[in-house]
Amino acid sequence: MTWSEMQPLLSQACWDTLYMVGWSTLIAVVGGLPLGVLLVLTDRGGLLQNVVANKVLGQVVNIARSMPFIILMVALMSFTRWVTGTTIGREAAIVPLAVGAIPFFARLVETAVREVDGGLVEAVQAMGGNTWTVVRKVLVPESLPSLISSTTTTVVALIGYSAMAGTVGAGGLGDIAIRYGYQRFETQLMWITVAILAVVISLIQFAGDLAARSLHRRGGRSGPAPRLRLLKSKEPAAAEVGKVA
Amino acid sequence: MHPCPGTPTPAHSTVTETHVITTSGLTKVYRSRGREVTALDGVDLHVREGEVYGVIGQSGAGKSSLIRCINLLERPTSGTVTVAGQDLTALAGRGPRAGRELRQARSRIGMVFQHFNLLSSRTVRDNVELPLEILGKSGKERSRRALELLDLVGLADKAGAYPAQLSGGQKQRVGIARALAGDPKVLLSDEATSALDPETTRSILQLLRDLNRQLGLTVLLITHEMDVVKSICDSAALMEQGRVVESGTVSELLATPGSQLAAALFPVDGAASGEDRTVVDVTFHGEAATQPVISQLARTYNIDISILGAAIDTVGGLQVGRMRIELPGRYEDNVVPIGFLREQGLQIDVVDHTAPETLLVKEGAQ
Ligand SMILES: Nc1ncnc2c1ncn2[C@@H]1O[C@H](COP(=O)(O)OP(=O)(O)O)[C@@H](O)[C@H]1O
Ligand SMILES: [Mg+2]
Repeated sequence: MTWSEMQPLLSQACWDTLYMVGWSTLIAVVGGLPLGVLLVLTDRGGLLQNVVANKVLGQVVNIARSMPFIILMVALMSFTRWVTGTTIGREAAIVPLAVGAIPFFARLVETAVREVDGGLVEAVQAMGGNTWTVVRKVLVPESLPSLISSTTTTVVALIGYSAMAGTVGAGGLGDIAIRYGYQRFETQLMWITVAILAVVISLIQFAGDLAARSLHRRGGRSGPAPRLRLLKSKEPAAAEVGKVA
Repeated sequence: MHPCPGTPTPAHSTVTETHVITTSGLTKVYRSRGREVTALDGVDLHVREGEVYGVIGQSGAGKSSLIRCINLLERPTSGTVTVAGQDLTALAGRGPRAGRELRQARSRIGMVFQHFNLLSSRTVRDNVELPLEILGKSGKERSRRALELLDLVGLADKAGAYPAQLSGGQKQRVGIARALAGDPKVLLSDEATSALDPETTRSILQLLRDLNRQLGLTVLLITHEMDVVKSICDSAALMEQGRVVESGTVSELLATPGSQLAAALFPVDGAASGEDRTVVDVTFHGEAATQPVISQLARTYNIDISILGAAIDTVGGLQVGRMRIELPGRYEDNVVPIGFLREQGLQIDVVDHTAPETLLVKEGAQ
């Protein structure tokens, strides 16, 4: 295969991958963010404590996460047809990708939101804020650097999953690598695809880290996180030791 | 300030006789995994308008539970809380979910925290604006008020900084500015200076004192450090195991024989030089002078008096002196001289050395 033969294939594949990953990331964030926040709020001691709802949500998320993507894709066939009107092509691949990524992202959100200092929640409650205020003004903005990292992780995972979307004729870089590299022994094309994937993933990771870090540097933390505080108080030099007791 | 020697007047002019915070029979029982902890056990507290009221007690005494029950961050198990004439316990809302009326009432009560609790994602100014956002004020009004408040706490030049760029003392000043944003009548402070070094502690206490005087703000502060009570409180309460065991204005406490708070606020020491001696603590307020009284006592009854220790200090804005003297003979032999001292208008505590001295609140709790 010559470069002029490969070039249109590759650019179409890049575009397909971006299209699938872009849309499914967007849907995963829109769906996973509220789900992750709800997992924290409904937990024991949370602002919307509801043990039953928490257990149910947690189980649904666990089941969805433990499902291999290829099986999820098959299992969701009829749902995909209902949403997009078809079960093949890029649009059809977006549905299982998004459905798989929502619980994945929700768990990452849950972890990020749990890291927010409970004192901040209390401060906003003392000002007369309601639960929605707490979510909007505290939980989301304070965990934003972590949420950005979580989004990066999700994008990278979705690029991986999207390779399997080739099985439903959705195209994309992973599909090229499999169809040409593996099935037709076009080794050169395969390696180029792999290189492009590596570059794309590195770029995404770099951009995500940069964004998260710049937010972190700007804000830092208003006080050490509880775990850090524990570690700190063990140092005999710390001025607070003894006084706080 | 108008010094009125000898009479127990309020330490400054903003205090009125109206009670702005009242708790009655306040009880809080925490239940977790079948275990019950009684953090508050029938607390009756009366905080007068315009005063700085200190609640002191050891760790675990229930101080934080008390302050969190006052703005209902924690719902009391029983009892009532009244703030500025409004019965907060009657307002709707269960558990962590507060009803609208309760949230409005909270916005009129300021609160400052030991670990400042500033949002790291917001600038100093935006942190101060947060309560105003919750109150639904317009952007223009918010920024005007925030800058005004930052000026009040001496941080106008830090408006654009992030909390991570501030020192502990500066962070607490932001915390105080934020607590004042909703024009509260009452400020609650839970160990606001406990994470600060002694010098910063002094400046923050001074700020609270100034705000109390300038704005007529009532301050209820919680601490485990006697120095805090000593330097700014008009009244104080001592908590032990969920109960208030002593309370009153600082001058009342100092005038209460055997008061643990008075002894901790103003300790004098010195041990009896031998058996068959009577040790007496003489407390005098304002400009009352003891020296002539002591020499008069010595002359009249022809006894040798030794002075074991003496100190003069300012407590809650009052000048107080205390002297520990030793009279020869047992208590029974000294009834007449002690009666003479009492007649002179001095407060007399006979120190009983057979009972072990229980100083439950240790200064600085270091
Ligand atoms: N949320 C809670 N759940 C269970 N027990 C609690 C809780 N908060 C406080 N306690 C208990 O209540 C008692 C009083 O605590 P606290 O009010 O924090 O005291 P202080 O502020 O004086 O140190 C302690 O025994 C503490 O362990
Ligand atoms: Mg406490």
